[in-house]
Amino acid sequence: MASSTTPAPSTDSHQEHAHDEHHEHELGFWQKYIFSTDHKVIGIQYGLTALGFLLVGFGLMILMRWQLAYPGEAIPFIGNLLKNVLGDQMIGANNEMTPDLYNSFGAMHGTIMVFLGVVPLAFGAFGNYVVPLQIGAPDMAFPKLNMASYWSYLVGGVILLMSFFVPGGAAKSGWTSYSPLASFADTALQNPGIEYHMIFNGQTMWLLGMVFLISSSLLGSVNFITTIIQLRAPGLTWMRLPFFCWAQLVTAFLLLLAFPPLEVAAIMQLMDRLAGTSFFLPTGLIVNGAQVAISGGGSPLLYQHLFWFLGHPEVYVLILPAVGIVAEVITNNTRKPLWGYKSMVFATIILGFLSFVVWAHHMYLTGMGTKVSAFFQTTTVIISIPSVILITSLIISLWGGSIRFNTQMLFATAFLPMFGIGGLTGLPLAFSAIDLYLHDTYYVIAHFHYVVAPGTIFGLFAGIYYWYPKMSGRKMSERLGKMHFWPSLVFMNGIFLPMFIHGMAGFHRRWYDGGASYELAQNLLWLNKVMTISAFCLAIAQIPFIINLFISWKLGRKATDNPWDATTMEWATPTPPPHGNFLKPVTVYRGPYEYSVPGETRDFSPQWEPDSK
Amino acid sequence: MEIPYTVTARADTGLWNAKIGIWLFLASEVMLFGGLFSGYVFLRLGAASTPDYDWPTELLNVPMGFVNTLILIGSSVTVILSWSALKLREYNKFKIWMSITLLCAVAFLGIKTVEYTEKFTGYGIFLNDGAEIKGKYATEQEGFVTIVPKYPEKAEAAGFTPAPATLAVHEGSYVIPVENVVRWSNFQPSYNTFYSIYFTLTGLHALHVIGGVVVLGYFLFFGGPMWRTNPEHLANRVEVGGLFWHFVDLVWIFLFPILYLM
Repeated sequence: MASSTTPAPSTDSHQEHAHDEHHEHELGFWQKYIFSTDHKVIGIQYGLTALGFLLVGFGLMILMRWQLAYPGEAIPFIGNLLKNVLGDQMIGANNEMTPDLYNSFGAMHGTIMVFLGVVPLAFGAFGNYVVPLQIGAPDMAFPKLNMASYWSYLVGGVILLMSFFVPGGAAKSGWTSYSPLASFADTALQNPGIEYHMIFNGQTMWLLGMVFLISSSLLGSVNFITTIIQLRAPGLTWMRLPFFCWAQLVTAFLLLLAFPPLEVAAIMQLMDRLAGTSFFLPTGLIVNGAQVAISGGGSPLLYQHLFWFLGHPEVYVLILPAVGIVAEVITNNTRKPLWGYKSMVFATIILGFLSFVVWAHHMYLTGMGTKVSAFFQTTTVIISIPSVILITSLIISLWGGSIRFNTQMLFATAFLPMFGIGGLTGLPLAFSAIDLYLHDTYYVIAHFHYVVAPGTIFGLFAGIYYWYPKMSGRKMSERLGKMHFWPSLVFMNGIFLPMFIHGMAGFHRRWYDGGASYELAQNLLWLNKVMTISAFCLAIAQIPFIINLFISWKLGRKATDNPWDATTMEWATPTPPPHGNFLKPVTVYRGPYEYSVPGETRDFSPQWEPDSK
Repeated sequence: MEIPYTVTARADTGLWNAKIGIWLFLASEVMLFGGLFSGYVFLRLGAASTPDYDWPTELLNVPMGFVNTLILIGSSVTVILSWSALKLREYNKFKIWMSITLLCAVAFLGIKTVEYTEKFTGYGIFLNDGAEIKGKYATEQEGFVTIVPKYPEKAEAAGFTPAPATLAVHEGSYVIPVENVVRWSNFQPSYNTFYSIYFTLTGLHALHVIGGVVVLGYFLFFGGPMWRTNPEHLANRVEVGGLFWHFVDLVWIFLFPILYLM
């Protein structure tokens, strides 16, 4: 192990100062912890809420996996409970999952994981907590907007959760909510047997919830960009900015510019549902065997364009913060500078631009034409270049390092091959000819889940283990951390690797019975059980993490101000940082990753310390 | 704890925080209306490729739209004058110019309301043979749809007959049996694609006008304390609100030609 000597004495004396300078008026409980404008409290609020939603989204998927591996069999343990809560329409006579419930869980799994789980955790939680600290700012530029952003997110999340309990259940048209399917979903026209409410039905609530989530991310992204441009500490030039901040900056731009078209799509679909317009409804549309009395003339393709104009940048919103976290963790634990920092920054910026011109590669099958397909094929292949630059730089950063394999480093290292598999399996999908076969199969599911589940979520776990001491003042347990990591790695692959095989064998992603009624699927059905059991085991593997997360807050080993001997500015604050963050104004003297500088006494040279010479 | 650069500009960027914030917000708004405009293009191209292409711009009241355009452009000037009055530290002038701005906004919304009312009281009937009869005062009674058509000769050509005295209808009404009618309604969003996009675009724009009225009205009526403690801060806020107001104006300058004239 490299010579990681004791941290600078100056950083440890913060704790005593913190009490002296705490003469500001004390805020009450509500203002301090609930309606707080402090970026750190909001970050933790975002984090805990998002982790809760991740758990809910995962739970939905486990129930779906049961149905896929054991189609039509009663849901074990909680079948009766679900029947009481969700009603007869959703749980069948034998306590089995009905097709409607399967559809609604599928749609809500995607929505919850993407919009309520991963983005709020990656952007809302880590971005809020870490970015102002890393740039040496006292808070975000607009603290009140920051609070509004969290509460808007929470309201959107609550609306989506409540939609499970309205007549007819939650939205069931996929996380994409394609029109015209979604335009008539949860209406008496499509399903005369159920008394739907005009507003409080699954699909309408989904749209209303999305409007709140979009507003939330708009407020957040304006705030992040302004903060990073304006509140950088003296000396923190753009090329001294930690890579994590760059990743968050580009992410914020993606959210800022990509979400409004989805808002347009949501508004138009709401108009179609509530005001009877035909934005997305073609002339002569037939629902339930009868022509619908609408003016017609709309375009289903328009919805897909608007949706994927958000949908594709959203993919990079999911992945970039995780790449940022992994870059921080890898440099810290290899005790080496980040390899190719500048190329990574420029790759990220180019990735951001390109992500706006690839969206229609999700739509090769819509019949939009070969010329359009050829264009998007080209841009899609081009966007793999900056992605490969990012992951290659991270891999080369490991080279020759004397690596500390603590839990965050395990997750960060595992991120690399997992994200690599996810990314490389996307290349065939970029070509429309191959996509014709693979579209809507489990291959696609496996591809993007490798990017976001063992990819992004592992990156986020790395971030939690890495920054937890700063947030709480205590480290998480390494033993529990390893009990969390190793099974998670194994079972994540147990779930998603077989999906490639299923996909190439032609398994469709929306089969309700996992393929049991299809001749072509028979000899690969056993893999469904492998995946389902892996999913159960993955759930069990999260228990050490949950215990660790809560127990360590009070019982973990005490952490110093800079427990990992890191160089970036968040470690210059007292632990945990007080309101206003830094005890005295900070100045930046060097780049973010000056580890193992030859001739220095220690193997890290923090950004905030002047040259010793 | 103070957030730096809320009032004074940061030396290397030359900007204070809210100015960056509002430009970013406006960039997002451009994408919002850009999405709607591209939807408009998409739908109109789709409509143009159908044999019975109907894009009934002639139903909009061009003089009213034109007056509204002038009003909004005028209010963009007055909002700048109110800001410059604050920069010159002339609070009374600020109040006058800002009041005029708000009056313009209210006048705009008033005219818009008249236009909307005109639409909601206009009716159209789609017949089995594909013809469309437009007019006013449509009702449905005793197996007939009645209407006072805009062009009676067109209605007669389509098979309408003058209403019998037994039906309680407006003078000049014509009737047609229900079985000849596909659907009829007033000019609401669901009437046809044109009205869908017209109401969505102008409705969202009107919401932005109302938002602007709330924000600028707040500066006008509750700006006093800030004026006394930190006039520069109030001037900055009015500048930010003014930028938003210019954007709202600019959106209308695009909406007027594409909806009323083209």
